Amino acid sequence: MARMTFLCDSGRCIECNACVTACKNEHEVPWGMNRRRVITLNDGDMGHERSISMSCMHCSDPPCAAVCPVDCFIQTDDGVVLHDKDTCIGCGYCFYACPFGAPQFPQATNYGSRGKMDKCTYCAGGPEGADSSPEEYRKYGANRLAEGKLPLCSEMCSTRSLIAGDQEMVAEIYSERIVRRGYGLPAPGWQTAYGTDGEGAPFVPYGRRES
Amino acid sequence: MPRVVVLTLLFVLWAAVPPAHAQMLNAPGQNTATSQGQVELYDPGEAKTRGFVSIPDQKLSVLVQPEGREWREWRQQTLPWVIGVLFLGMLIAVFAFYFIRGRIEIRGGPSGRKVLRFNGLDRFAHWLTAVSFLLLALTGMTLTFGRTLFIPVIGHNAYSGLAETSVMIHNFLSVPFVIGLVFIIALWIKDNIPNRGDWQWIKTMGGLMSREGKHVEAQRFNAGQKAMFWTIVLVGAALAVTGVMMMTPFAATGVGGMQVVHVIHGILAGILIAGIVAHIYIGSLGMEGAFDAMGNGEVDENWAREHHAAWYQEQVRKGHADSSATTPTGRHTVPGE
Repeated sequence: MARMTFLCDSGRCIECNACVTACKNEHEVPWGMNRRRVITLNDGDMGHERSISMSCMHCSDPPCAAVCPVDCFIQTDDGVVLHDKDTCIGCGYCFYACPFGAPQFPQATNYGSRGKMDKCTYCAGGPEGADSSPEEYRKYGANRLAEGKLPLCSEMCSTRSLIAGDQEMVAEIYSERIVRRGYGLPAPGWQTAYGTDGEGAPFVPYGRRES
Repeated sequence: MPRVVVLTLLFVLWAAVPPAHAQMLNAPGQNTATSQGQVELYDPGEAKTRGFVSIPDQKLSVLVQPEGREWREWRQQTLPWVIGVLFLGMLIAVFAFYFIRGRIEIRGGPSGRKVLRFNGLDRFAHWLTAVSFLLLALTGMTLTFGRTLFIPVIGHNAYSGLAETSVMIHNFLSVPFVIGLVFIIALWIKDNIPNRGDWQWIKTMGGLMSREGKHVEAQRFNAGQKAMFWTIVLVGAALAVTGVMMMTPFAATGVGGMQVVHVIHGILAGILIAGIVAHIYIGSLGMEGAFDAMGNGEVDENWAREHHAAWYQEQVRKGHADSSATTPTGRHTVPGE
């Protein structure tokens, strides 16, 4: 069984924001929300500037799912963390717990609600009954995974910095790169998301919802 | 401080290139930069790493915030225990007190004559705060314990509706709660300034612990009531401030601050819930004649004489109470008393 992961090679990212644009366009993410963004560290510091494309990493032990008061998250067998917008109450707890700042909210205020949380779905549509219906698209965006395609952000990446796919394959590609170029930058968020050992922690998908 | 660490790491990392195969074995999990071409981006054990983003939402400039893990621990493990232990612990303590000490009765028995203790405005302020707080506590605990108590019983979809309603009630009732709090402060603060007489009450615990204990002469409010007043006012105000910060997320602080605010709100809520459990007990079941003060506002003269002697004398002086009826009547004639 594949274990879907993201890896951003900060040695290659050129902060072109194509992944951000591709994501927003593919899923028609509303104005003001970003499922993916590019963060530049040491901005302007010659030789030390590095950029990283960051979104939901689909953690092995997702903190968002752990703190959600209404328990609206599931994890597919591929390790993709999805949430049910019908049960989400927009409390914002997932944002406090998320190490990567992935959850997004349409409203800033809590009066009434902050609206339904929105985050990267690994281009896998909604949590239940992925039927590629217009309704599902409106809520969760496109379901590329069902069509056998990888997330558009990584497919769009011009420098092949952002790699998506099965954990072992991604690790192999990255390791080979490191060997070829003689140095390896730590893969940002990889350890936090997928466990402390390089192979990733033993993976148990977060419980599926009944009915 | 973490920024200093990151910077130090940056300029220290001029190590030699290690054998490539060693890297292959632990990549991509490795997290120490080892060559000139590398830049230490972040240390998973360290505090959050902030960068630059070209989008307006500046809170997304945080690359990784490991503190989320501690907050998760708090939300999942600590918070339910804090609230649960404080709430249930106080409930048990109160019932234990009831069975050991029994109801605190009016020693002289009710006289049947009434003296006004709280006027309409006093009672309005009290009940406005009381009702909002009870609902705030109830809806807050619905959210805290929902996954343990409600979802297994009523299911995800029903609980989602309940939780959303709870959040709405919780948010909107903050307004009457704060208004009530302001009224309470304005009306009663002058009678709640601690003074020397309070020491006597604290030393004897106000005669709470024994049936034979002497009542300490008290003004309008005794030291116990003053403690309750200041707990409600200070903790309530802090709950209001942190609550408003949670309702306007990221207006005043970043994600780290929001986590701290949430922790403070939780602990204080637990303290105030426990305090109010004790307050409700002593104001209703625990003491004969006490509920009348906030019920219809008029207390029995014998109750006033025993619990708030100084205040009662003042009422007599002002002509609000009958000074001739100094002899307690009623229950003191009961045999065995």
